[in-house]
Amino acid sequence: MKKKVLSALLTTAMLASMLVGCGSSNDAPAAASSEAAPAASTEAAASTEVAAEPAAEEGKVLNIYAWNEEFKSRLIAHYPGYEEVDGTTGKIGDVTVKWNITPSNDNAYQNNLDANLLKQADAAADDKIDMFLIEADYALKYVDTDYTMPIADLGITDADLANQYQYTKDIVTDSKGVLKGVSWQGCPGVLIYSRDVAKEVLGSDDPAEVQKAVADWDTFTATAETMKKAGYFMTSSANDTYRVYSNNVSGKWVQDGKIVVDDNIMKWVEDSKKMVDAKETNTYDLWSDDWSKGFYPDGKVFCYFGPAWFVDFSMAADTDGSIANAGKWGATEGPQGFFWGGTWVCAAQGTDNASLVKDIILKMTTDTDIMTDIVKDDNDFVNNVPAMEAMAADTSYASKVLGGQNPLAMYCAGAEKIDLSNLSAYDQGCNESFQNAMKNYFEGKTDLDGALDLFYKAVEEKYPELTH
Amino acid sequence: MAKVKRGKVVSYNKWGYIFLIPFIVVYLIFQLVPLFRTFYYSFFENYRSGLTQIGPNFVGLQNFITIFKNPDIWIYTENTLIMWIMGFIPQIIVSLVLGAWFSDPSLRLKGQRFFKTVIYLPNLIMAAAFAMLFFTLFSEGGPINEILMQLGWISEPYKFLSNEWSTRSLVAFMNFLMWFGNTTILLMAGMMGIDTSLFEAAEVDGATSTQVFFKITLPLLRPILIYVMITSLIGGLQMFDVPQILTNGTGDPMRSTMTLIMYLNKHLFSKNYGMGGALSVILFIITGLLSLVVFKFSNKKD
Repeated sequence: MKKKVLSALLTTAMLASMLVGCGSSNDAPAAASSEAAPAASTEAAASTEVAAEPAAEEGKVLNIYAWNEEFKSRLIAHYPGYEEVDGTTGKIGDVTVKWNITPSNDNAYQNNLDANLLKQADAAADDKIDMFLIEADYALKYVDTDYTMPIADLGITDADLANQYQYTKDIVTDSKGVLKGVSWQGCPGVLIYSRDVAKEVLGSDDPAEVQKAVADWDTFTATAETMKKAGYFMTSSANDTYRVYSNNVSGKWVQDGKIVVDDNIMKWVEDSKKMVDAKETNTYDLWSDDWSKGFYPDGKVFCYFGPAWFVDFSMAADTDGSIANAGKWGATEGPQGFFWGGTWVCAAQGTDNASLVKDIILKMTTDTDIMTDIVKDDNDFVNNVPAMEAMAADTSYASKVLGGQNPLAMYCAGAEKIDLSNLSAYDQGCNESFQNAMKNYFEGKTDLDGALDLFYKAVEEKYPELTH
Repeated sequence: MAKVKRGKVVSYNKWGYIFLIPFIVVYLIFQLVPLFRTFYYSFFENYRSGLTQIGPNFVGLQNFITIFKNPDIWIYTENTLIMWIMGFIPQIIVSLVLGAWFSDPSLRLKGQRFFKTVIYLPNLIMAAAFAMLFFTLFSEGGPINEILMQLGWISEPYKFLSNEWSTRSLVAFMNFLMWFGNTTILLMAGMMGIDTSLFEAAEVDGATSTQVFFKITLPLLRPILIYVMITSLIGGLQMFDVPQILTNGTGDPMRSTMTLIMYLNKHLFSKNYGMGGALSVILFIITGLLSLVVFKFSNKKD
């Protein structure tokens, strides 16, 4: 009997110890502090270095939080007086620039940023976040709080930002109408089609002619049928068109704490279901191997949707045999305007380097000379209307991937048309869950109601305060 | 057990306790305390909406009521158990057979060491990498579909990851591959511990090898079998990485491969420690009960 009791006890102990794995991850303070610990310790080391110098009016350490190297490489290449020290530090004058770069996979960037922003008020001056970068999908999460500093408080006036595209300001304007962030780039998207397929099926690869076949969603779906008959997929995945529909909604995802599915998004479901059933497109996840097969002629895909960065960096232009490598893509406006991606710079409340932050923002996002250089060097589409329009008219600028076409005029026109008054802080979770749920409907695993229920369920797990 | 004279043992006993201290301290701080904290947290509404912290507000059993009002938890329990059983049955059978072969001296298998190493290897691969590999292999344009199509068995790609049973089978198969080596080693150790004179006696009495296996090996192996069962059950209930990576966290199709821990993970997106804690407590109870059932059931004749 004793033995039994003992073994039962041991079993329970083992059980307890094994289950504790998931128990401890629920432990809020422990998790948060362990995440922040490495960052804090490196910064602490930095602050001891500069502690010996006499205290100036402004801090000697500029902390910038980002999820990739993009902004850093832009600063290195284009900000006057920036010296690179090593992978994570730089110098501007006598101020040390410390980069805290956390990849955005699995929400890691936001988790790290959140943990540090919440400690912002108590952090030592040199440890405080001075600037951080955000993406449109979750911009409002930060913009609509006091952790971001109004741009006007930095001393940047509306006149300074007059050349920027309106949509880039709408995204980072909080619910009270205060501008909280600035971007140096614009990401208006276009429809990118295969010139060979267009010639074969539509008879011409001229952007204006192709545009006629994709001018609105009805002609788009009609063209899809033609493509199917000729043996081509209209798009690689139903998800390709999602952004185009979801950027043109008439209301926000969340209204008064309730989840609302917009009519234009339901139109995406309807159109896409028809196209998937007719085998005119597929249900691949974006960025999956299957999805990217269309970058090559064998993939038999007619078109993709994307902005400037997508054309230049994502369509396998460096790989022999890809359509992009041969310069056989063309660009046209497509059924509706949309944007994809983009990075915004926010000044963190409590920064001790306000004037430096101001200067970086002004130089990188309003200085026409610097911005023109960015376009020429990096093929980025910058957030400066006159500069971009000048480049658009410049016949010497041509995209190799697009077979010598200068797409800038199209991007310019697209950027003017983007209307983003209907963003909400829940967009990232809603968009992601919606596409995942609808995949089940497209593949016939459930009916529309079942898929919608799945969507509501997933969103309510992510945002417990919402209902439908 | 024979009683030993106490006097001699006591003087060594304190060393036992002293050597236990590091473990106990680590266990208390990193396991027992968090365990009770989880129980405590499960009674609070405590999550983050964007950057706004909601709670912690004491809500009593509200989290548990919310979970049980929703039939989903039973679906996820069922999914988890189905996938565990689908993986465990072939695992235990293959392991028993391999263990019996490896430990049978009369077979004189060649290259034993090599095979023991090889069957253990899948366990050394990270589950996430393994799942990623299978995701690529079984994707619509992946090599498996290509081979099947070239053989002419199917005319268009089969969507392995869009069908309930094929996805579950893949998860089960991966778990089987990863763990059968480990189980074989454990069972083999148990089998080698059995007194060889029993086998010799059986042989002299004219028992067939089937009879030896079922009448001698299996009954004497029971303690090890129970251990394997319980650890595998606990591991199975905590199934997470393989289905999470394979289905990109969605548990598709229609959440038929969503396991309990994947569900728990969903709550952590919003740092919902209240619901997460409640779910962990329920999981703890389910695991405890199932382990007790297995334990009781297999110990009955003792």
